[in-house]
Amino acid sequence: MGKVLEVNGPIVTIQQPGIRNGEQVKIGRMNLIGEVIHIRAEDALVQVYESTESLRPGERVEGLGHPLTVELGPGLLGQIFDGVQRPLDKIMQLSGEHISRGLEVSALDRERVWHYVPAPGIVVGNRLNGGQVLGTVRETETIEHRVLAPPGCKGEIIEHAPEGDYNIEEIIVRLRLDHGPVESLMMYHNWPVRQPRPYRSRAKSGLPLITGQRILDTFFPMLKGGKAAVPGPFGAGKTIVQQQIARWANADIVLYVGCGERGNELVEILQTFPELTDPYSGRSLMERTFLVANTSNMPVVAREASIYVGVTMAEYYRDQGYDVVMVADSTSRWAEALREVAGRLGQMPVEEGYPAYLASRLAAFYERAGNVDTLAGAQGSVSLIGAVSPPGGDFSEPVTSHTKEIIRTFWALSKPLADARHYPAVSWLESFTDYSERAAEWWSENVSPQWSLRRQQALSLLAEADELERIVNLVGPEALSSSQRWVLESSGLIKEAVLQQSALDPVDSYCSPDKQFQLLDLVLQYHQAGTELIDLGVPVEQLTETAFGGEIKRLKSTVSNDDLSPLQDYSDKIRQSFDLMRAEYHNHRGAAS
Amino acid sequence: MSELEYRKVDSIHGALMFLKGVEDVALGDRVQIRGKDGRRRNGQVIRTSRDVVLVQVFEGTDNLDLENTWVRFLDQPFELSLSPDMLGRNFNGIGAPRDDRPPIVSSLRRNVNGSPVNPAARAYPREFIQTGISTIDGLNSLVRGQKLPVFSGSGLPHNRLAAQIVRQARLPGDSSNFVIVFAAMGVSYSDARFFEQEFESSGVLRNVVMFINLANDPPMERLILPRTALTAAEYLAYDLDHHVLVVITDMTNYAEALREVATEKGDVPSRKGYPGYLYSDLAEIYERAGRLRDRHGSITMIPILSMPSDDITHPIPDLSGYITEGQIVLSRELHGKAVYPPVNVPPSLSRLMKDGVGKDDTRADHPRVASQLYASYTRALDARNLASIIGAEELSDRDRRYLDFADRFEADFVRQGADEERNIIETLDLAWELLSLLPPGELSRVSEDDLHKYHSWEEH
Repeated sequence: MGKVLEVNGPIVTIQQPGIRNGEQVKIGRMNLIGEVIHIRAEDALVQVYESTESLRPGERVEGLGHPLTVELGPGLLGQIFDGVQRPLDKIMQLSGEHISRGLEVSALDRERVWHYVPAPGIVVGNRLNGGQVLGTVRETETIEHRVLAPPGCKGEIIEHAPEGDYNIEEIIVRLRLDHGPVESLMMYHNWPVRQPRPYRSRAKSGLPLITGQRILDTFFPMLKGGKAAVPGPFGAGKTIVQQQIARWANADIVLYVGCGERGNELVEILQTFPELTDPYSGRSLMERTFLVANTSNMPVVAREASIYVGVTMAEYYRDQGYDVVMVADSTSRWAEALREVAGRLGQMPVEEGYPAYLASRLAAFYERAGNVDTLAGAQGSVSLIGAVSPPGGDFSEPVTSHTKEIIRTFWALSKPLADARHYPAVSWLESFTDYSERAAEWWSENVSPQWSLRRQQALSLLAEADELERIVNLVGPEALSSSQRWVLESSGLIKEAVLQQSALDPVDSYCSPDKQFQLLDLVLQYHQAGTELIDLGVPVEQLTETAFGGEIKRLKSTVSNDDLSPLQDYSDKIRQSFDLMRAEYHNHRGAAS
Repeated sequence: MSELEYRKVDSIHGALMFLKGVEDVALGDRVQIRGKDGRRRNGQVIRTSRDVVLVQVFEGTDNLDLENTWVRFLDQPFELSLSPDMLGRNFNGIGAPRDDRPPIVSSLRRNVNGSPVNPAARAYPREFIQTGISTIDGLNSLVRGQKLPVFSGSGLPHNRLAAQIVRQARLPGDSSNFVIVFAAMGVSYSDARFFEQEFESSGVLRNVVMFINLANDPPMERLILPRTALTAAEYLAYDLDHHVLVVITDMTNYAEALREVATEKGDVPSRKGYPGYLYSDLAEIYERAGRLRDRHGSITMIPILSMPSDDITHPIPDLSGYITEGQIVLSRELHGKAVYPPVNVPPSLSRLMKDGVGKDDTRADHPRVASQLYASYTRALDARNLASIIGAEELSDRDRRYLDFADRFEADFVRQGADEERNIIETLDLAWELLSLLPPGELSRVSEDDLHKYHSWEEH
C-alpha cells in the first residue's frame, strides 16, 4: 500500500514501489481514480480524473494492476457516459444532480438480459480466433450487436451456450487456448483505451459519407473511414455542423464525444435525438447513437481520457462490421488538457504553452480512423470528425495548424458568414478535401455523370465572384461589365439557394444527394442561360428584374426530398421564359436594324 | 486531523505564503491568518505536500512578516452559510457582511466550489424571457437558465443595460419575479452604488443578494467571490425554488486576479500571460447556470466583461465566448452615434434562442424575421462601406435602399430608451416596418406566408 506525497491540482505525487506507468490507481479515503503518467526512482506522478480538493498528503494509494480500459459489449448504444465510461444516468441514481467523487459504476448493465443467438461456426471442436463473431444479440431495433471474441485469444471451442437469454456476465463460450489453459468468454470484454484495436488489414477508401448538408457533401465531400476537422471561432456554428452530421450521416453508428464543451449541448442531443427519425432506418435516431460527455466544468484529466474512451468504443463497433462516425467536440479542449498536465509536470512548453508531443498525439489519434477488413472478415470503418476551437479564430495557432496537416477534409468556418447568419458558415475559399475524386466516382454512378463538372463550375464561379467583389469594393459596381455583374448575381444565388441550409427547417435540414445535385444544376443552368442572353446583348437589368432569383432561393425549403419533380418543372419554366426573352430581343433588334 | 495552528511562515511571495513542516493539510482547506497587527485574514491551501504547504491569502500579505504570523488550518473547505435571510443583504467575497448587520447563521453550509452538475440531470433551457429590449428579444433572445454575457468596453453603458435587463426581465404571462444575485468584482464605488440605487428605486432590493468587492478591496478575494455568489444562487434556485438572475461584473477583473496568482505560482503561461487553465476555470463559473430536470428554480446568468482595448479576440472574451451560450457585444461606434443600447448586432448571438422562440413561444415568424434582419443588416453594412468609398450617389438603387434600411434599423430598432419596454410583439412589428423598406425579392429568409401577412411593399 502506497501513500500520497504531494497534491498539486489534478497531479498527485505518490510513493508506491513497483507501480507501472499507465496503471490505474485508487487514491485516498475518497477513492479517487487516476492514472500513473511518470515514474521516478523515489516516487510516481498520477493524473487524477476527479477533483483532488480535500485530499491530503499521507493518504493511502492502491495500484489496480491494469491501465485505463473500457467495457465492450451490448448495452452501449443510447447511453451517455462520462470521460472514463461511467454511465451518467447511473451516477445520477447514486449521487443526484451533482457528480460526487469516488463512485464506482460499471459501464454495462449487469442485470439486463439479452437474447443471444450463437453464430453458425460456434461448434465444439472448432477453432476460434480473437475478433471472431461468437453470436448476436439485438441491441436496439436498428442495430444487431455482434458479440466478439477478445482480440488475441486463440484456441479450440470445448463448450458453448445454446441460444437463450443471458446477462453479460454469463459464460457463453469456453475454449482451450493453444498454450493450454481454458478461457471463458462472456458477452463483453475489456480493452485498454490507449491501444488501437487490431484488424486484419486496411481496406481501400470507402464510399462518401453523406451528411445531407450541401456544402459538405457536394463541395467538400468526406469518405467513410476518413478524417475531417471543423475549425471555427466561437459563434461560427461548429456545434450545429457537428450535430447535423450526427443526425443525418449515412453511418450505422454515431458516437458524439462532448469534450470540454457546454452541458446544455449534450442535453439538447439527449432530448431531441430520441424524437428524430433516422432517414435510413426510419427508426429513432437514438437507437444508433451514444455519447461521451466531459463538459467544460468536469475535471480536466478525464477530458484527456474521453477522446480515447470514445475512439475505442468506435473501433469496437467497426470490428463488428459497422460504419461508425465519431464526432469530437472539441479537440482543442483535449489539447488544452494535455497542456495543463504538461504545465503541472514542468515540461518545457514549445508553442503557446503546448508540449512538444502535441503534434504526434494528434496524429496518433486521427490515425485510428480508417476503413478496415476486420478480424472477423467483415468490412467496417471509423470516420473521425474533430471540431477545433482556435483562440481568437486564428487558424495559425498550434492545434489548428497541426490538425490541418493530418486530416484530409477541412471544413473551415468563417466568422463573417456566421455574422450574416449564413449557415452552415463553411467557407468555400478556405475549406479543402482530398477525397473529391473518390467521391466523384460514387456521385457520377449514383446521381449524375455531370456531378464533377457542376461542382467545378460552381467553385470557379464562387472564386471569380470573390475576385469581382474586391474590385467593386475598390471602384464601385459601375466598373463591371454586364457579364461580370451576372456572375455576381449567380454566385449570390449559389450562396443563398444552395450553400445556405437551415438546420431548423424541417424540409431543408436534410438534403438528399439527388436534391443536392438538382438544385445546383438548376442554378447553373439559370446562370448559363443568362450568360447566353447577355452575350447577345440583353441588358443584365432585364434578367435581374425577373422574379426567378427570389423564387430559386426558396426552392430548397419548398421542394421535399421525396418529390423532386417541381425542380424539373421550375427549370422548364426558366427555359421557356428565357427563350421568350431571346425571341423578343431578336425581333426587337431585327425591327431596329 | 483537527484544526492546527502554526507560527512559522517560511516565505512570502505576493499573495502566496509558503509554510514548511506542516502536517498533512488537505488541498483547498480554509486558512485563517493573523499578523502582528492583529488583523484577521483568510486564505486557502492551493498546493500541499509533506514538506511545503502553499497558501493563497485573499486579503494580500502586506504587513505580514515571517516570525509573527499565526496561521490556522481549519480542516474544512471554504463554505458559505445559507439561509433565506440572505435576501436584501450585502456581503464580501467570502460571505462576510458588508452592511453592519450580523453574519448569517445557519446549519446549512455548502462548499463554495460546488460540484459539477451531471449533464443527464439538466433540463434544456427553452422558456423565453422578455427583457423589453428589441435587440435582445427580437434578435438574440434570452431563455431561462441561459448564460448570456455582455461583451463591453471601458466607458460603454453596460451597467445601464444590465440594470435595464434586471428591471424588465419577465416571462410573458408569468407574474413571478426573478430573485437577483449581484456579484461585483473590482468595480468602482460609483458603479456598485449605481446598481444599489437601481435595485432600490425599482423596489426589488429585498429580492437581491449582493456580493461586492470594490476596486480598492483585496484583489485575491475576486477569485472566490463568484463561487460564493453562485453557491447562494444555487441555494435560492434549487432549495427555495426561485428563478434567479445572476449578474456578474466584471469578469475581466476576475481573470486578472487569476493571472496574478498563476504568475506568482510559476504556472506555464499560454496566451497573454494567462494560465492554460483559464478556460476550465471560467467554465467552473459559467456552467453553474442552468436548469435541472427535477427542480423548479433556475439560474440565468448575465456576466459582464470589458474587452481590453475592445479586442474580442483577447483571451478573456474569447474563452468566455466558447463557454457561454452566446454574447451581446456593445459597439463603441454606435455609442458614439448616441445610440442606446449600443448593441453591435452582427457579432451578437444567442445559441439557445432557436428553441425558445416561434409559434408556441413568441410568434411563428420570429426566427425567420431575426435571420432576415441579420442578413439584411449585414448586407446594408456592406453597402454603407461601399458608399464610404465611392460615395452614396454612385450606389445602385438597391444599395441605396439598403443604406436607408441600415440607418433606420439603428435609429428605430436598436435605439430605445433606458426605460422603454417593448414587448415582443411590438419588437416584431417594428422589425416588419423596417423590412418593408426592402422589396420582397430581397427577403429570402422569411416565408411567402410571412410576406403576405406582415410585409407592406409599394413600388416607389
